[in-house]
Amino acid sequence: MFSMSNFFGLMIKLLLLAIVFFMPNLCFSQGYGDAIVIGSISDAITLVPVLASDSASSDVCGMIFNGLVKYDKDINIVGDLARKWEVKDDGLTLIFYLRKDVLWHDGYSFTAQDVEFTYKKLIDPNVRTPYSGDFERIKALEIIDDYTVKVTYKEPFAPALSSWGMPIIPKHILEKEDLNTTKLQRMPIGTGPYKLKTWKAQYKIELESNHNYFEKRPYINRYIYRVIPDEATIFLELQTQGIDLSGLTPLQYTRQTDTAFFKKNYRKFRLPSFGYTYLGYNLNNPKFKDKRIRQALNYAVDKQEIINIVLLGLGRIATGPFIPGSWAYNDQVVPVPFDPGKAKQLLQEAGWRDTNGDGWLDKDGRDFEFTILTNQGSEERIKAAQIIQRRLKDIGIKVKIKVVEWSVFLTEFIEKRNFEAVILGWSLGRDPDNYDIWHSLKTKAGEFNFINYKSDEVDKLLVEARKTFDQEKRKACYHRIHEILYDEQPYMFLYVPDNLTILHSRFQGIKPAPIGIGYNFIDWWVPNSQQKYNRQ
Amino acid sequence: MFLGITLISFLVIKLAPGKPVILQYALNPKISLEEIKRLEKIEGLDKPLHIQYINWLKNSLRFNFGRSFGDGRLVLDKILERAPVTLAINISVLILILLLAIPLGVRCAIKPGSLFDNSATILVFLLFAAPTFWLALLLMQLLCIQLGWLPISGITSLDFGYLNWWEKLWDLTRHLFLPVLVSSLGGLAGVARYMRLSMIEALNQPYIYTARAKGLSEGSVVYKHALRNAILPIVTILGLSIPGLLGGSVIFESIFAIPGIGRLFYEAAMMRDIYLIMAEIVLVSIFTMLGNLIADISYAYVDPRIRYKR
Repeated sequence: MFSMSNFFGLMIKLLLLAIVFFMPNLCFSQGYGDAIVIGSISDAITLVPVLASDSASSDVCGMIFNGLVKYDKDINIVGDLARKWEVKDDGLTLIFYLRKDVLWHDGYSFTAQDVEFTYKKLIDPNVRTPYSGDFERIKALEIIDDYTVKVTYKEPFAPALSSWGMPIIPKHILEKEDLNTTKLQRMPIGTGPYKLKTWKAQYKIELESNHNYFEKRPYINRYIYRVIPDEATIFLELQTQGIDLSGLTPLQYTRQTDTAFFKKNYRKFRLPSFGYTYLGYNLNNPKFKDKRIRQALNYAVDKQEIINIVLLGLGRIATGPFIPGSWAYNDQVVPVPFDPGKAKQLLQEAGWRDTNGDGWLDKDGRDFEFTILTNQGSEERIKAAQIIQRRLKDIGIKVKIKVVEWSVFLTEFIEKRNFEAVILGWSLGRDPDNYDIWHSLKTKAGEFNFINYKSDEVDKLLVEARKTFDQEKRKACYHRIHEILYDEQPYMFLYVPDNLTILHSRFQGIKPAPIGIGYNFIDWWVPNSQQKYNRQ
Repeated sequence: MFLGITLISFLVIKLAPGKPVILQYALNPKISLEEIKRLEKIEGLDKPLHIQYINWLKNSLRFNFGRSFGDGRLVLDKILERAPVTLAINISVLILILLLAIPLGVRCAIKPGSLFDNSATILVFLLFAAPTFWLALLLMQLLCIQLGWLPISGITSLDFGYLNWWEKLWDLTRHLFLPVLVSSLGGLAGVARYMRLSMIEALNQPYIYTARAKGLSEGSVVYKHALRNAILPIVTILGLSIPGLLGGSVIFESIFAIPGIGRLFYEAAMMRDIYLIMAEIVLVSIFTMLGNLIADISYAYVDPRIRYKR
């Protein structure tokens, strides 16, 4: 099996590898070239960014377009198409100073006209954009000169700044088009580091680098977004190095990619995702009205156990609706220990005890029993429900699990408030504003406070926090909200899953940061000798 | 008939829970309720059901099948863009099935109950019973990963645009080899069994005895006299498989990442993209009728007993 000749072969390879690793500057310079192939389960729907709401469309739009502002690697707002901005009149006015060196992909200059045009499309009632909400708060948008825009709000609105991360679309191209149906949905012109080359529906989107990009020309020449709807196939493609970048499941991350082949050819990244999974109680239901009961349930369920089983340990316990590590996240809120004894005691205080000795807690002659609802297609949530069921059985609560198809789940159960407890997840925006999920005015059918949470203090803090641009003040509000929510337990916050990514090891220049790995994509490069797709 | 099919389909889709706009933006905290209502209005989904249907009917009679909800593109464009791949694969599959199944069925029928017949029967049934996705994954593991002979998924390689004509053809063949093979294997059983059965029947007909008595060679008896009669049921099957030419399989298009029509309509159904679904239904009903017509006409050519009078 192990002959001398391939031993020497191995030594030479190792030597070469050592040279590659230790003397990159000597052997290779940061050269242009190569392509990155991304494997995605779904295709983009549209490349007009004001209409795009799915993640694939947003991913690709992010490479083609720019907003006025963006988030840097530490999740702070920095300028993108805007060089700088000013907040005036206690937050009523925002003035953006635009970069003067930006060209659209077709060579036209980017100006304030384009910003105004994007705004007008966003508030046009006939445009199918789902993002008009934030922009309808604007009283007036004035063009001061070609590179200065003044935006006046009806009232101060802190998330407004981050809403200007909305990609700006070109006036000179789209002015005469109906955005909803234009053919340009599939032929976008942007300002970004990459421009569209071809898009074959449900198959492949190919972008090529924009040599005139205002920051600099990206090193990687082509960005290829391949649609492969089957996870197993994506994994097979990885095994033949047909794909360079893809997400992984926890099982793939821990076990299936733990082989010599993957260690040699790929790098894996594990970063907290921007989202959390929770068990939400219908607070209209008398069973869950008493805060002590919700706290008891929180003590009775071992969140770490759920993470270990469902995510194979690749996640962290959630304590509130904020991105862990961001400024809005309150580190003082620590998860309560797993303590069934404490849970039983709290339930007893609330009047639930096992009076008839059948093993189930009861009150007024009725057992404590409820149904956890979740949607079909999420193995994770179903498993989490089963673990919760098992743990609550230990303290004498009967739990049933009901799994329903997604559209039925939304229309028949969530919208009609026809549930007792539900396992779902929220993705978290970069701005911590949580008004739509927790404010007591957001409880109508179709709105997001469907558990009917009402707290005067939280209402007040939510409003206060979105009215000031002072980050210290906002921080105080969100930290308090975080505390209240963890104490009152309207949700049992379960976990924040990790975002698992695999990337071919020929790519250099990746610097993982709280925001992820993609933020400095234009700095990624491949040494000449390892470039794979260079046929011209 | 057209009215009946479309009216029933329209109602069934509308009765299914979930509305397209809501599904697209469901539980996205950035999108408010007012906005969803406004979007529904743009799509004309706020009108009563019968008006929606009549509007659709009027437009579709003029070949305007409306626009898809997801991206606002014309439904017809979306279908036409997907149809060539699906059509090409399905036609290749059909040809491959016929090429393999007819000789197999004939060979089995010559000596029914023989070792060859029995083992062929077992084989085709095993292939028929094996789940497509499982077979596909096994073959991919073997041919693409361990042997490295074929690409795993997709229809072209990434450098396709830079290849010359012959390289392109070779590239396409390599990509389509596995999908075509896998879907043919499952379809073998049906045609091979039909062929065998009708061949056995044909071989027991009096005219075969006559032919043999005349002293014709066995080959001439089997392939000239019997086969010509035995092939009739296969023509019917072919006619019936025409509507299927434009229907793709979701599972197998997903596994091989082929941008075919099966996935288009699966996704349309999941998103309740009603105009797209309706267009597919219209298309399939037209093809079904067309298929029956073609089967009837082709009888005239293969069966001398049926002749259309002038």
